[in-house]
Amino acid sequence: MAAASRRSPAATVLLLLGAAYCLLPVLWVVIASTKSAGELFSTFTLAPSTHLFDNIATLSEYRGGLYWRWMANTALYAGAGALASALVSAMAGFALAKYAFPGKSVIFNVILAGVLVPGVILAIPQYLLLAKVGMTNTYWSVLLPSVISPYGIYLCRIFAAAAVPGEVLEAARMDGAGDWRAFAGVALPMMRSGLVTVFLFQFVAIWNNFMLPYIMLGDDRLFPVTVGLSGLLNQGASQPAMYTSVITGALLSVLPLVALFLSLQRYWQVDLAAGAVKA
Amino acid sequence: MKRTLAGVLAASLALLAAGCSGSDDPDAGGSAPGGKVALTYWSWAPNMDKVVAEWNAAHPDIQVTVNKQDGGDPAVAKLLTAIKAGSGAPDVMQAEYQKIPTLVSAGAIADIAAETGSLKDKFPESAWNSVTLGSEAVYGVPQDSGPMMFFYRSDVFDELGVPVPTTWEQYADAARRIHGADKKKYLGTFSANDPGWFSGLAQQAGASWWGVQGDSWSVAINDAATQKVASYWGGLVQEGAIANTPMYTPDWNAALNDGTQVGWLGAVWGPGVLEGNAASTKGKWKVAPLPQWDAAKPANGNWGGSATSVTTQSRNKKAAAQFITWLNTDPAALKALAGTANVYPAANEATSVALTKPPAFFANQPDFYTVAADAAKVTNPFTYGPNVNVAYSAYNDAFGKAAESKQSANFTSALATMQSTTLDDLKNSGFKVAG
Repeated sequence: MAAASRRSPAATVLLLLGAAYCLLPVLWVVIASTKSAGELFSTFTLAPSTHLFDNIATLSEYRGGLYWRWMANTALYAGAGALASALVSAMAGFALAKYAFPGKSVIFNVILAGVLVPGVILAIPQYLLLAKVGMTNTYWSVLLPSVISPYGIYLCRIFAAAAVPGEVLEAARMDGAGDWRAFAGVALPMMRSGLVTVFLFQFVAIWNNFMLPYIMLGDDRLFPVTVGLSGLLNQGASQPAMYTSVITGALLSVLPLVALFLSLQRYWQVDLAAGAVKA
Repeated sequence: MKRTLAGVLAASLALLAAGCSGSDDPDAGGSAPGGKVALTYWSWAPNMDKVVAEWNAAHPDIQVTVNKQDGGDPAVAKLLTAIKAGSGAPDVMQAEYQKIPTLVSAGAIADIAAETGSLKDKFPESAWNSVTLGSEAVYGVPQDSGPMMFFYRSDVFDELGVPVPTTWEQYADAARRIHGADKKKYLGTFSANDPGWFSGLAQQAGASWWGVQGDSWSVAINDAATQKVASYWGGLVQEGAIANTPMYTPDWNAALNDGTQVGWLGAVWGPGVLEGNAASTKGKWKVAPLPQWDAAKPANGNWGGSATSVTTQSRNKKAAAQFITWLNTDPAALKALAGTANVYPAANEATSVALTKPPAFFANQPDFYTVAADAAKVTNPFTYGPNVNVAYSAYNDAFGKAAESKQSANFTSALATMQSTTLDDLKNSGFKVAG
């Protein structure tokens, strides 16, 4: 026990290095977003300047405030996509955990294998499928593929198995609840804290997704902020890349994520702690 | 980044779409007489939506929506994806001249000779050839061209008493003197990231990297003219008179800003790049024609330039052709293209109706567009092949290594690598290859 409370200088240094490694790029973005285009590459890297609000104004003026539309799009893709995904995952996970049906283990194994397939690889087949029905370059082309999350289903199965006792469902059925009622009225509230985790995971994944919308969308009014900002750097040889706008845009685009994490963190912690005590 | 992505896209497509042929809908519908036509237009020129707004105001029956794209390669990759998938392509597409053979052989852009009639007289011959590929077909209407020009910091030249170079020999001397006076300063850089830049310089020297006779292609990347250019730059890099870092990087921007890059072999659209990257140096730059190999026989090359094409998926080819003809030949449109979209229109008429004042960043040089027009007049002919992307990425790889090694010999061997990579790819893709 004495060893646990003794400080190890090596570990402290290592952790400090790790923290610096994670935080320095963030610090760079914060500082760089205060610099004007001329200062960006010429003044000392860590010397802040005073142009943050000019940069935000320039960014907001770009093509009539398109940046804010990208932000709204991202919020829609991530918000609606993560909500739908959490619901679908809850239903699938619940079914896999609490029902016995033929082929159940096969389905679960396929979903488990799906966890291992990176979403990037699926983007092109998804594009070709949606092109067949003429749905590329629409909001749906980004929303639909985001709804299914193998990892979310996998997590929900575990949550459902752990958090929803079979006896409670039994009791619900005795009282005359159908399948839907047993799920929505009884199981869903019990899985709530687990669903927050799934929602957050999926929300962040969609918020940061680049490849899928990049392939699906041709109209820049439908872009999420990731694809939009990358376009500002790829202006072609005859246009300068808009570094300051991209840096400022990147800074602004992570703020909602930070806010979301800070506000939902509580649920997450409660969930982990609850699991530990119950086990 | 953008090149990697485009490459990934193209490669995955080739794998996945191989067995997947889109069912073409030859339905000419959507354009019933008197009905409204809606066209989509992919372009990456800035403010193109504002130029198009003028058309929309005057043509309530043909409404065009601009979808701004990432510049160059990504947009083409996206278009080819949509063509292979069978839906999702726009009606009208900005197509760089060097991409037109690729787009034609992929069946992505349509022959609109019947719809446009002859516009041949309205454009310089080199631009018109780029959209016809020397045939009777018309695969687009030329929009802008990019005659190369030499931008330099006149204040630095004056201070050091260096004359403005008119030949490549003088350019090398100037580069040595500038770097000799201040070891941090360079007259220019050899950019292994910009194949379009290098092919423009090769074009000036008299190269034409592809050739077509009947239906068989030839590749002449490793010809005497390009070798001359490659060994010239290899020599300058080896002796250290010229930098070897790529353009369009944060470092390069910084160097333009703080005056350590005092020259740039750019093209007519250069003022926008300089203004965006080095606004504080306004008024210090001047422009001159490219240095020459033979002062008695001035020649020039192109970097950039594009046409506007109609895609094969468009159901309103006639309306689309009408729109792109207006966009690239009507005096009002030319004025808007030059003034609002910041492009250098290819149409002959542009010099008299649109390019009367120098760009704002070059207000100190009233003859800016005269220099450009003179440069454009002596542009050498150049033929692009159907696998420009392969040649260009071979350039990035081979010259990237050569530039890093700073060995002149590696520059010429990089050219041989480009040649064999490009030729092999043509053969492997099933094109008939001469020789």
